[in-house]
Amino acid sequence: MIRNFLTFVFVIILIWGSAIKTGVSFSSFVRGLPNMWTLIAEMFPPNWHYFSYITKPMLETIRMAVLGTTAGGVAAIPFALFSSRNVVRMPMIYYPARFMMNLIRTIPELLLAALFVPILGIGEIPGILAIAVFSFGIIAKLAYESVEAIDTGPLEAMTAVGANKIQWIFFGVVPQVTAQFMSYFLYSFEINIRSAAILGYVGAGGIGLYLNNTLSFFQYDRVLTIIIYTLVVVIVIDFISNKIREKLL
Amino acid sequence: MNQAVINKTPKKPLKRRIKNWTILIAVVLIYLWAFIGMPDINIKDSAGQAIKAIISGLFHPDWGYIYDPGGEDLIHALMETLAIAVLGTFISAILCLPFAFWAARNMSKHQWISNAGKFVLSAIRVFPELIMALLFIKSVGLGPFAGILALGFHSVGMLGKLFGEAIENMDFGAAEALTASGANRIQTLWFAVIPQVMPAFLSYTLYRFEISVRSAAILGIVGAGGIGAPLIFALNAHSWNRVGIILLGIIIMVTVIDFISGSIRKRLV
Repeated sequence: MIRNFLTFVFVIILIWGSAIKTGVSFSSFVRGLPNMWTLIAEMFPPNWHYFSYITKPMLETIRMAVLGTTAGGVAAIPFALFSSRNVVRMPMIYYPARFMMNLIRTIPELLLAALFVPILGIGEIPGILAIAVFSFGIIAKLAYESVEAIDTGPLEAMTAVGANKIQWIFFGVVPQVTAQFMSYFLYSFEINIRSAAILGYVGAGGIGLYLNNTLSFFQYDRVLTIIIYTLVVVIVIDFISNKIREKLL
Repeated sequence: MNQAVINKTPKKPLKRRIKNWTILIAVVLIYLWAFIGMPDINIKDSAGQAIKAIISGLFHPDWGYIYDPGGEDLIHALMETLAIAVLGTFISAILCLPFAFWAARNMSKHQWISNAGKFVLSAIRVFPELIMALLFIKSVGLGPFAGILALGFHSVGMLGKLFGEAIENMDFGAAEALTASGANRIQTLWFAVIPQVMPAFLSYTLYRFEISVRSAAILGIVGAGGIGAPLIFALNAHSWNRVGIILLGIIIMVTVIDFISGSIRKRLV
């Protein structure tokens, strides 16, 4: 009871302190509301002609997500195996592999893209690379968790009949996790489509660049077109991907 | 009758084979399209130098930036990022409650009501928080408050979905027992419903907080407060030592938060 009370007090202090630190004031929110309404009013009606114009960057965005997720997913396979305690029985290997994965997952995709743009130049390539690195982190983590949860029966049977390590992995481990791996791959693809749509904001290709341009030229009707287009694409892809994932598992 | 059964059985594998082939061809086509359209990788001549500068910058972070009495330093920016995440998560945890009850299948008599709630939540979820931040910047101005509002509204989509699922998984036995023994609605809610869903709610809120910390770190790119703004300035100015210390700060902050939040969540569930 006392502990609950102390936790409660701690949370209140945390929220209060955060509010002071960030200078939150609801009066400024209320005062700002009319501005927001004018902005939203300026967005309507959306510029329908702009749809055909942004189809190409939209496809580019999808392509970035496809290529990036694939590269990240393929790179994640060996890492997922190296991080699993039941495949590699040496802490010397699986602890560093996990450490690297955790390190990669801490950096948000947009920051990765912002970091790659100066190296690789403005365009799709840094975006694809950022998506690849990020999905590598997610897929490798989820995959190694399911590798660690596999049934040991087939593995023991294979060891008993004298399978070597490679055969053991290919016929004992891989068939048990393929469906889950594909599901994680699709899940990360869903996330990547959303982030690919904003990566262009830092110069990493795709529709985000157009978002940035139209916003800086105050063409809010076009901004709304881009938002609607992105939402439709994301919802359609989420729907397809969800259906496939339901079938997989 | 028997003949019909025998004739019917071999058909299924063929159907399945056609389906598998269709999927395979579709995947191959998608990849062909993706690879053909891929731009050439033409690395700039300066790339080697840039990589060298970045790596040396990451290994020689600008330690002086960590603390500066003037307030323009790493610690302050990271604290602001955390504060944005705390308040954003707090707002969304409260805002999402009605949505969660709306979307929960066992809370409404008609299926379409909960479906509508689920659709609204997924629409909120797919709306990028960066764009939401831009909208709020227009209304409350540049600064952390816009980031808080963006995170607070965006997270409603995910938290509402997770809370709704927690409500759907609830066991109604306790609530029925209380109603049967004469408890009123508030008593039922307080003694049967809340104790059941509270651990899940808190756990999901903490999970969302972990994600929000990462999001808060990028909101500064559009000017919504936090560590993102100094990072993008450092990147544009090619001051790699500073980029190095900021990345280090983000990595440490996220790791520590994940660790603390993860160990609390383990105890909760």
